[in-house]
Amino acid sequence: MSLWEFANPVKFMALSGKVLPWVIGLAALTLIPGLIWGFFFTPEATNFGNSVKIIYIHVPSAMMAINIWVMMLVTSLIWIVRRHHVSVRAAKAAALIGVTMTVIALITGAIWGEPMWGTYWAWDPRLTSFLILFLFYLGYMALWAAIENPDTAADLTSVLCIVGSVFALLSRYAVNFWNQGLHQGASLSMDREEHVANVYYLPLLLCIAGFILLFVALVLIRTRTELRLVRLHRLEIRERMKDA
Amino acid sequence: MIALLVRDMRLAMRAGGGFGLGLAFFLIVSTLVPFGVGPEAAILSRIAPGILWVGALLACLLSLDRIFQLDFEDGSLDLLATAPIPMEGTVAIKALAHWLVTGLPLTLAAPAFGALMNLQSPGHYWIFITLLIGTPALSMIGAFGAALTVGLKRGGLLLSLLVLPLYIPTLIFGAEAATRGTAGLSALTPLLMMAGITAGSIALLPFAAAAALRVNLR
Amino acid sequence: MLDLGKYADAILSSWGITLALLIALVLVTWRRSVQVKKALHAAEKRASKDG
Repeated sequence: MSLWEFANPVKFMALSGKVLPWVIGLAALTLIPGLIWGFFFTPEATNFGNSVKIIYIHVPSAMMAINIWVMMLVTSLIWIVRRHHVSVRAAKAAALIGVTMTVIALITGAIWGEPMWGTYWAWDPRLTSFLILFLFYLGYMALWAAIENPDTAADLTSVLCIVGSVFALLSRYAVNFWNQGLHQGASLSMDREEHVANVYYLPLLLCIAGFILLFVALVLIRTRTELRLVRLHRLEIRERMKDA
Repeated sequence: MIALLVRDMRLAMRAGGGFGLGLAFFLIVSTLVPFGVGPEAAILSRIAPGILWVGALLACLLSLDRIFQLDFEDGSLDLLATAPIPMEGTVAIKALAHWLVTGLPLTLAAPAFGALMNLQSPGHYWIFITLLIGTPALSMIGAFGAALTVGLKRGGLLLSLLVLPLYIPTLIFGAEAATRGTAGLSALTPLLMMAGITAGSIALLPFAAAAALRVNLR
Repeated sequence: MLDLGKYADAILSSWGITLALLIALVLVTWRRSVQVKKALHAAEKRASKDG
């Protein structure tokens, strides 16, 4: 019994079907209280004022935007190396969630930036990197949408994802080199005592957990949909062949 | 391999494209920018290296879809796939041909077009050097993008969407090196970074592009 | 109701946009899932009837 057994679509469908209600429940149980806690029951920060409340959506979505791309990279690699259908469908399923997270991070960041830095947009390295990440998501999704044959699309998008990751990383360094930014350094590092006080840290952790669980739930649903689509596609081809 | 290179270059030139069209486009961009930002010499000379880089990049983008499209349609790409040259070699040769008919002319013309934007004296030299090192990467990355979209009927717009984000690091380092060099600062770091990107693209991207082509020919 | 002070606009708009996007994403995912499930069910039924 190995982990790869769950790469079998039938096994995946069975297992994910059982797990899904629990994940949805857990996501709701963390995300909703986390957001309510963050929105209603946190104090003002000395130098941010009440605007610190934006952190509870800005930071989790920004983290997820990057993590989802990494997850897509890993699943694309698995597809290229071991050709497991679940893997590449999961990458496709994750893309729309990733792009939504990127948009949320960009918009909330812009809205937050206006009162804090006096501008909606600056060519700060992190902002710029996120804009570039957004472009990469768009290209990936556009390539999926453009190719009809699902297996060809899976191969090509996986290659694009891998090459794109290298260039996204390069862009990150290039942008850093090009312009030093406004952002404060990592505010969520391990030595958290120095950066963010507990009053903000705990609800923020809950929100991050909520975003992660929401992503897991959504990606499971979407992967199941994608696998059903593959099956539907096969059945339709068989029907057409019988008619002909 | 040389025969393939010669054939590709001849085709590109006969198609009335490559050469002339890319250069003309580049000239038009260099002409339009002053209309857009105004004729003040100080502003123009400050943005000239960046504009020349963006212009060259867009001109390069124009002819990308032709790298594989014609050969794919008339079936010669299938022949090349079964030819004794490995697919990676074919891709590299085609990228080289693309560079010779677009990248190289752009590089040669850029210092002259710089005069339109009041590019100051060390600037000509720097724009030439950075484009000379950077445009091979543009052709190679473009060949990868073209390999991804070769099977699509209307791949042109999608090709731009896929390739332009990949151009970002080359553009940043190239334009930065040109700007710094023009301003008389040390441009060694961005220049080396760009050379690294070019070398890495030429070494690795043929494999990715060949893999994409094989999928498309399946 | 809690007082958001001078940042009320920024906070409310960013939270509003975020929640709207997330809810839209969930709804899109859900609807598509139901649609595909139905379509697949129908196709399976046809296949078993013919086969």
